Amino acid sequence: MAIVAQTSKFSLFARPAVAWLVALIFFFPIFWMVLTSFKTDADAVRPEFLFFFTPTLENYLNMTENYDYWRFATNSVITATFATAFTLFVGIPCAYSMAFYPTRATKDVLMWMLSTKMLPAAAVLYPMNFLTKGLGIYDTHFLIVLVLSLINLPIVVWMLFTYFKEIPKDIIEAGKMDGANTWDEVREILVPLAWGGIASTALLCFIFCWNEAYWTVRLTTTDAATLSSLIEGNRAPEGLFFGRLSAVSTAAVGPIVVLGWFCQKQLVQGLTFGAVK
Amino acid sequence: MGRIQLDSVVKRFGEAEVIPPLDLTIEEGEFVVFVGPSGCGKSTLLRLIAGLEEVTAGSISINGEDVTRVAPSQRGLAMVFQSYALYPHMTVRKNIAFPMRMAKLDQSEIDARVEAAAKSLNLMDYLEHKPGQLSGGQRQRVAIGRAIVREPAAFLFDEPLSNLDAALRVGMRLEISELHERLKTTMIYVTHDQVEAMTMADKIVVLRAGNIEQVGSPLELYRTPRNLFVAGFIGSPKMNFLDGETAAAHDAATIGVRPEHITPSKTEGDWEGTIGVSEHLGSDTFFHVHIAGRSEPITVRAPGEVDMHHGDRVFLTPEAGRIHRFDAEGLRIA
Repeated sequence: MAIVAQTSKFSLFARPAVAWLVALIFFFPIFWMVLTSFKTDADAVRPEFLFFFTPTLENYLNMTENYDYWRFATNSVITATFATAFTLFVGIPCAYSMAFYPTRATKDVLMWMLSTKMLPAAAVLYPMNFLTKGLGIYDTHFLIVLVLSLINLPIVVWMLFTYFKEIPKDIIEAGKMDGANTWDEVREILVPLAWGGIASTALLCFIFCWNEAYWTVRLTTTDAATLSSLIEGNRAPEGLFFGRLSAVSTAAVGPIVVLGWFCQKQLVQGLTFGAVK
Repeated sequence: MGRIQLDSVVKRFGEAEVIPPLDLTIEEGEFVVFVGPSGCGKSTLLRLIAGLEEVTAGSISINGEDVTRVAPSQRGLAMVFQSYALYPHMTVRKNIAFPMRMAKLDQSEIDARVEAAAKSLNLMDYLEHKPGQLSGGQRQRVAIGRAIVREPAAFLFDEPLSNLDAALRVGMRLEISELHERLKTTMIYVTHDQVEAMTMADKIVVLRAGNIEQVGSPLELYRTPRNLFVAGFIGSPKMNFLDGETAAAHDAATIGVRPEHITPSKTEGDWEGTIGVSEHLGSDTFFHVHIAGRSEPITVRAPGEVDMHHGDRVFLTPEAGRIHRFDAEGLRIA
């Protein structure tokens, strides 16, 4: 009890203070970006107008009128959604089999999956470029969904694997004894029990897909270009138009920030999962 | 219906042979207990019958039908796990209904069977509770309920009472025995507790290192253990073993006498010793008697209250006809 009493002062004042400080540090760039997006390009580079300026919607209007923001946004939604769905569709059975029917190779397979993340993406840029153009799938939704799925699959399988590991094997075996086939097991037992984990994995995968820039910028031109490409496209050669760029960036990250905000509870619950028993 | 036959069943995990070729027949309606020390392969054997482990060689048949390669869900068996293995996200009602839902039974039929099972297991008040809200005993009853409603060919119990406290265990033991009386379904029960084996079984299978040491009714094992291992494993407290001259006097390498078959006396008897620890339980009195030339004390059980205490001199006499004789290999001499 004495220890609790001693630390209570710290936890009362210092801990929230530290938490706020960290939160502000993380939040400030976004705040600044949002602020800048309401400034003219001229105001944006002048420090005296940091907080006090005449707000304008010019940047946003420019973005929707001249750059077709909605097409990029739609592409982002489509590719991220389908890629997440496909990744889970492949990842859940994969993690299920490795978690409940491990073999001697399971560990190696997991490590190998992770090792694919260690390959620098630039190393395969040219092959990918030629390959996709040769196959005629360059700048298609199909290609972006495929690429996003493949680059996120290792991390998704890893996350699902650790969540599934938390489920006692007895419960899965009880399902078998009760007459459940594999599909019933997954649908009736595994998914409901690991729901928090699956949801947070899906959310994280969606965020990764949404934020992916390297491949989406390089493997698209117009048809399948996502919001990352839109930001990239606003990097004008004659210098940076910070107001415009900020507006585009705000509009690009906005949806995902809002989504993350709403799913915060689910995310935290999923990441600290382990209360099945 | 539930006659289970194992023909030269072998199980290997990699190089390790857990079950050497093993034959066993379990008759319909029998209550069979697999008993043995931990690591003897009893749980593996049960899981092989359940289909949760694949046999390496040999065959298993249920009611004459070869099920060696049949999935557990298709074998028509029900299993009760040590950890209960209830579905934590489902209510008690849904837990019990699950196997019937998997079997695609009518909802009205499901409801009726759930009610019947819940009534017989005193679970009516808990049907809408989640397993997490129940006590250990209640959870185990839900697990049993889930097994009953399937109307399986046989019930498999994997140490179902190990997680319960002592008092509850005795109660559940009776409930399972009564269940067997009522349903007359084949039951296979795995335990390391020989008291559970003795009290519940029609037939006990004693296992050691995957080998069947002896199969028989509880009293057969008690009266005529086939070897030293069974003699030492069945019965509580353990049988006393004596060798050397004492055994030679009976033409054996080792002799065994159960504590309840030794009569203590203050005045006369075959063996002389000193009482070490004495346990006075009222109904029984246990003495641990030290005899010169023996490192292990001899355990003696005397009925009722006996006025002998620590440090007293005592004479012990084994009951004639209750002395078990074993040869140098540890096998019983008839």
